[in-house]
Amino acid sequence: MRGLVSQLQDMLEARAEEAPQDELAELTGIKAGPSSSPNDPVLSRLLPDFHRLDDDQPDQSEVDSSAALRSLHEPEVLEAKTGVAAMVLDTCPPGGGEVRLSLEQADAWASALNDVRLALGTALDVTEDMPEELPEDDPRTPHLGVYHWLTWVQESMIQALSG
Amino acid sequence: MTTPVESEQTQASPAGAETAEEDKPWQTIVWNDPVNLMSYVTYVFQKLFGYSRDQATKLMLDVHHKGRAIVSSGSKEKVEGDVARLHAAGLWATMQRPA
Repeated sequence: MRGLVSQLQDMLEARAEEAPQDELAELTGIKAGPSSSPNDPVLSRLLPDFHRLDDDQPDQSEVDSSAALRSLHEPEVLEAKTGVAAMVLDTCPPGGGEVRLSLEQADAWASALNDVRLALGTALDVTEDMPEELPEDDPRTPHLGVYHWLTWVQESMIQALSG
Repeated sequence: MTTPVESEQTQASPAGAETAEEDKPWQTIVWNDPVNLMSYVTYVFQKLFGYSRDQATKLMLDVHHKGRAIVSSGSKEKVEGDVARLHAAGLWATMQRPA
């Protein structure tokens, strides 16, 4: 789990580094993010557009507005995601074992696990009607086991948090 | 809460659900996706918007069965903040102005 979370954190931090650097941002401390959607399907699922642009001919004003909103809000979204990932890495013992979490920590775990499941689910092309198990010769089979395990862990955490 | 984005939760109005939706200029839409757990989506709606378990469950079921649900509405600034917080939580959200 630490490995998966830390890989995801690396990806998110690499995206954060794509943000344009300018003097104004340094002076004001207000970061502007990139205005274009990530090319990578995993990152673009984690950082969706602010408007639906998947029509054949999206409205140009929505395309422009999406770019502006992404630039404005992506830094805070990335910061939230890397923050919850860091919380998992801080509280998940490297050698495994029992973990006791505060509510705040458990909430961060639920978000971070969700991000890992989104990343894995996108990479594995998980669909709503996908069977529990794929044929043995499907290259996704070993990864799907990890995905299902993460689903179980996340579901258990949500039950505990909502209880 | 540990992050600036999540700390905004405490400022979000829990009364959002009750206010009249019709005359508000912008809407926050959450779309169905194959990964997010129903329990998690319900949890996020409660956490971010202060909805009761029943309200949050109803919205989650709308997303699940109808493919989308309007989860909040208001000024452009409010709705874009809501969309950003939903993205931070991993939900697929967009904003629109009703036609």
